[in-house]
Amino acid sequence: MKSKFLLSKWRNVLGVALGVTMAANLNIATAAGANTTGLAVTDKEVTVGILHSLTGTMAISETGAQEAEKLAIKQINESGGILGRQIKIIQEDGASDWPTFAEKSRKLLVKDKVAAVFGCWTSASRKAALPVFEKENGLLYYPTFYEGLEQSKNVIYTGQEATQQILAGLDWVKKEKKAKTFYLIGSDYIWPRTSMKIARKHIEKVLGGKVVGEEYKPLGNTQFGSTINKIRLKKPDVIYAAVVGGSNVAWFKQLKAAGITSKKQTLLTISVTEDEVLGIGGENLEGFYSIMKYFQSQDNPNNKKFVKAFKEMWGDDSVIGDVTQAAYLGPWLWKAAVERAGSFDVDKVVAESEKGDIELKTAPEGYVKLHKNHHLWSKARVAKWKKDGQAEVVFTSDLIEPDPFPKGYQ
Amino acid sequence: MNFIQERLLGGKNGMIGIAILAALIFIILPATLDLFRLNLVGKYLTYAFAAVSLVLLWGYGGILSLGQGVFFGLGGYAMAMFLKLEASDPESTKIQSTPGIPDFMDWNQLTELPWFWEPFSSFGFTTLAVILVPGIFAFIIGYSMFKRRVGGVYFAIITQIIALILTVLIVGQQGYTGGINGITDLKTLNGWDIRDDSSKYILYFVNAILLFGVIFLSRYVLTSKFGRLLLAMKDKEDRVRFSGYDVSNFKIFVFVLSAMIAAIGGAMFTLQVGFMSPSFVGIVPSIEMVIFAAVGGRMSLIGVVYGTLLVNFGKTMFSETFPEFWLFLMGGLFIAVVMYFPNGLAGLWDKHGYKLTNCIKNLQCVNVAKAFIDSKRKTKVDVAND
Repeated sequence: MKSKFLLSKWRNVLGVALGVTMAANLNIATAAGANTTGLAVTDKEVTVGILHSLTGTMAISETGAQEAEKLAIKQINESGGILGRQIKIIQEDGASDWPTFAEKSRKLLVKDKVAAVFGCWTSASRKAALPVFEKENGLLYYPTFYEGLEQSKNVIYTGQEATQQILAGLDWVKKEKKAKTFYLIGSDYIWPRTSMKIARKHIEKVLGGKVVGEEYKPLGNTQFGSTINKIRLKKPDVIYAAVVGGSNVAWFKQLKAAGITSKKQTLLTISVTEDEVLGIGGENLEGFYSIMKYFQSQDNPNNKKFVKAFKEMWGDDSVIGDVTQAAYLGPWLWKAAVERAGSFDVDKVVAESEKGDIELKTAPEGYVKLHKNHHLWSKARVAKWKKDGQAEVVFTSDLIEPDPFPKGYQ
Repeated sequence: MNFIQERLLGGKNGMIGIAILAALIFIILPATLDLFRLNLVGKYLTYAFAAVSLVLLWGYGGILSLGQGVFFGLGGYAMAMFLKLEASDPESTKIQSTPGIPDFMDWNQLTELPWFWEPFSSFGFTTLAVILVPGIFAFIIGYSMFKRRVGGVYFAIITQIIALILTVLIVGQQGYTGGINGITDLKTLNGWDIRDDSSKYILYFVNAILLFGVIFLSRYVLTSKFGRLLLAMKDKEDRVRFSGYDVSNFKIFVFVLSAMIAAIGGAMFTLQVGFMSPSFVGIVPSIEMVIFAAVGGRMSLIGVVYGTLLVNFGKTMFSETFPEFWLFLMGGLFIAVVMYFPNGLAGLWDKHGYKLTNCIKNLQCVNVAKAFIDSKRKTKVDVAND
């Protein structure tokens, strides 16, 4: 009897409490509903988010990007801020874990109400965060060269999409090295696969060359023996590589150990920047080529200023890779769009960005222009690696139009 | 009444524990947290399914599985496949070269839906698949191991390897699985937008109710004869076998049951988070689930829920407050738990919680307080009388 009484009492308590809860929730919901257009902007300050991996396997790669974003924001603040407001940063750690990126994006947009987010590195993290940005109508500046096939209203892509990076480099190697046969190797995920698909179509249909091997290795793979044997057998004119992350170290060391060096073999990679060379070691890579849009050694006044400022802020031994530079462009592109719109409102900023005529003449890579399709017009560069971990630019293309959905390459 | 009280709720003590947890999950958290945080709690509670499944399997069965992520992931993928098909109607995918199939298939040059995706356009089938696919998979693994008397550390290693293999498989077969990106951009469930604020509340409560259902089910199993056999097997497997029981069958059963429980968590995860990726299938999440169970107390169905909440709250809070060195704080937390509370939070509760429980159970607090006041009054009266 007693227990029955107790139970029914509990039930009452539960019922009442649930009712209270619902009411409280309704209140919260309506209060938030009225503020959905309100961003964290005061008369003196505007808040933005930085979202990169500070821990985990991607931390090495993403550190440079967040450093560059902080540098750009510091410079903007020193020059008077945006619309008279200083930029305040809220930083979150994506922890190399894609769902964490989604969680932190939601936190930045919903709780902190940041006006823009600079962040993400891998495609997987962007794909995870993208629905959040679209749902909450946030604005993401994404710095990495990537596979394309995407164009979201809520994202500005400051790196190259695949065709921008790949085609000019292939044309160059065909012309300079008289290359006819290609061996494609990449890590096994969407970016290398899409890039290789584009490369193969270009090689076969446009250049009239031949792909003699195409291979994908799991992420984090460190065994390239069988690949190297196949390469020896097929003797391709060019090895075309998109191996990423830690695998790169094993890949280039094993190539060298097997006697495949730049003396006898042309190798063109689309996944090695100055950041990766730190881990690989310049001596293991000497004479091989990378295609990127930016190299630290680029000789122009913008870049000299940028490199100097970067080293002052983050130390003399820091290096600057392609993504780091692209990340640096993010806050500047945002500033330009906000000032034109006269507002931090995401829809207005996007509308200005979509006019397709925002230029950055001060970009370290030279000159960039924002295309209507949210990507940047930029140049592709081929550079030859030197022992000291820097690269010498040997070829610069014309300004290339971004084409995230390339016809004929799908 | 008695059946419910004794077998499902775990007697008076168990009932108080459940009532406190229910109050926390159904009332206190929803009343105090905003939607963003509540959604996070909802996500954590889906991991609690996996932790509860480990109480059955590891705490009572003594079978350590380092591959619960596999089942969590299979459940999650089954749900994600259904949601993805719904999100990929020809209208919203008309930009693709083959409209009507999920976007990642289009990127991988697939021109039609693979046969094993077809049935996932039915919600009924999907609901069944969420439970049955991991169940059948667990049965195959369990049957082939336990019948051969593979156990202990070997079983742990093999389950871990299965987690690894499945991750590699999912990442490698990206045309069929979405690869390392996973299955993303899920929008509606039978036309119901799962990203709305109101649906987030509903999903949270559905998830919590399911979790309690699973706890009751587990308690029912553990208080049955089967539960006692499980404990006996854990302590002296040979003796149980010599008594004429087929040990392997019991092990297969508990393994399959735990797989199904973890899978429900996975499906609820997909619904609340809005995507599924191989990072919930592999070794790291599987081991994290074991950590949740260890921190909460692997013999306690309620304790592991607290363990899961505590670890995940810690993760979120530390990483928001100290983005640069939060991992060290998490490490410190684990070390502290293992050193000072080897039986997890539940152990702590067993040691000191009885005081509180007794109090509530017999309404002793009132009595004690009354007695105390009475005695004071009495002494006063006595003194006055003197």
